[in-house]
Amino acid sequence: MSVLAVAGTAAPKAAPPVDDERRHSRIPYLLLLPGIAWLAVFFVVPMIALGSQSLQEGSIEDGYTLTWHWQTYTEALSQYWTQYLRAFWYAALATLFALLISYPLAYTIALKAGRWRNVWLVLVIAPFFTSFLIRTIAWKTILADNGVVAEVMRGLGLLNWTDDRLLSTGPAVVAGLTYNFLPFMTLPIYAALERMDRRVVEAAHDLYASPFTAFRKVTVPLSMPGVVAGTLLTFIPAAGDYINQRLLGSSQNNVIGSVIDTEFIRVGDYPTAAALSFVLMISIVALVVAYVRRAGTEELV
Amino acid sequence: MLGRALRWAREHVVVFAAVAAVAYMFLPIVVVAVLSFNQPSSRFNYTWSAFTWDNWANPCAVPAVCESVFTSLQIAALATIVSTVLGTLIALALVRYRFRGRSSTNVLIFMPMATPEVVMGASLLALFVNMSLPLGFTTILVAHIMFCISFVVVTVKARIATLDPAIEQAAMDLYATPAQTFTRVTLPLIMPGIVAAAMLAFALSFDDFIITNFAAGTGQTVTFPMYVWGAAQRGLPPQVNVIGTLMFLVALVVVLAPALVRRRGPLAGSLPVAR
Repeated sequence: MSVLAVAGTAAPKAAPPVDDERRHSRIPYLLLLPGIAWLAVFFVVPMIALGSQSLQEGSIEDGYTLTWHWQTYTEALSQYWTQYLRAFWYAALATLFALLISYPLAYTIALKAGRWRNVWLVLVIAPFFTSFLIRTIAWKTILADNGVVAEVMRGLGLLNWTDDRLLSTGPAVVAGLTYNFLPFMTLPIYAALERMDRRVVEAAHDLYASPFTAFRKVTVPLSMPGVVAGTLLTFIPAAGDYINQRLLGSSQNNVIGSVIDTEFIRVGDYPTAAALSFVLMISIVALVVAYVRRAGTEELV
Repeated sequence: MLGRALRWAREHVVVFAAVAAVAYMFLPIVVVAVLSFNQPSSRFNYTWSAFTWDNWANPCAVPAVCESVFTSLQIAALATIVSTVLGTLIALALVRYRFRGRSSTNVLIFMPMATPEVVMGASLLALFVNMSLPLGFTTILVAHIMFCISFVVVTVKARIATLDPAIEQAAMDLYATPAQTFTRVTLPLIMPGIVAAAMLAFALSFDDFIITNFAAGTGQTVTFPMYVWGAAQRGLPPQVNVIGTLMFLVALVVVLAPALVRRRGPLAGSLPVAR
């Protein structure tokens, strides 16, 4: 995924359509038809196929028949619930670290960079022009057992609890996830801070708020739409990702995306893989809805 | 003196954190670029052994690398064209018209962006398997167009929303037909958004691995990310780093070119960089 995507989320809200005379026209439907048909056939129908596949029984050779075999779900969940929890835990940690790294960065670009703002923005986006896979493979070199990072951490006694290794451990996977989705966090927060009316912060200072109080009570709440968008844009892909786990982790810390990939492509157990995908999708939607309700924002689209 | 230094440090601590973040972002790029000049001692180009120009002189020394890049370029170009056209039409309908089903259309546009790639890939494979479609170039292309459309819609929509409807009304007042108004006024004005959306679609398609891997099956079609993934299991030639570094440089030029050539380039105001 590319980071430029986030530019879209930073855009102002669309003005409501005003042309009442065009209300009953057929034109909008003609404009929508090809694209929506494409999404219907290649997004909605596959989702239905996935749901149906998860309730089928059979084999690749003999074909599958729909038998409403719900046991696939209970069996798959009892076998792989740890991989779900691990994926969500890694994604949550990566989201938290990305937020901690991105906030000062976005704050600096929006409020302190002045005429260097565009240079900063290019610097933030540029590293992500190189292939996602190649960048993740580069982390293998950085976190290698005899690398500088591992040596320093070993010296500090930080690797005692991971068999003296950094690569092929959970922390390495979280580091990769944090890195890979950083711009998805930085750019929405930047957009929210940049839109903020700075006079409000000045007003807080005038009313004797300390810099910290002004930041906590004014800047942070005003940047919340960006934080919410950023956390979602980071958490959703991170929860389903298995590239970082495969390249930087080991079979000891398998995540659910990896299980789905293996079951589908290598094992060929389509019903189980379909059931696992469906549960992943439903649980992410449930988490996102709960989170957006709590954060109370609609600015995502 | 020390007090002043401390206060300066405290005021700039956020900037230090930002500089550190950018350094962290560039670290892997530096590794990729440095290792592109490496003469690896094993099949894997992970550790430095000796300097060489060979990889840059012969980027296609491993033919599979360049073949996969060519396949990826073809798919990305086709996916970009189709998804940009389809997405722009949807964006026009969504911003300019009020119609029944508008909010459900918005939900349908949003869903592919909020669905993990592994789920989309799995669902497409389930569909292709159920329909017994042969997997390969066409199924990859179809999948790429699908996931690019939403991003095009969002990007173009943002541009159309900033347009002043009065400009189009003025064209109409001056007796332009609706078709003339669209081609002579509306289209040129939303062009920066369309170009930005096309660049985004190209980047998304070129770099996609997870969905592609599901849609490709075990066929003959191997995209660049698929090649890299396969190579990461059995031996990674340094040419991959050359391609990775080149991608970075080309993209950098594409982003900076409008700003360098003329200040009010066609992308002004549409890419975050130009804001």
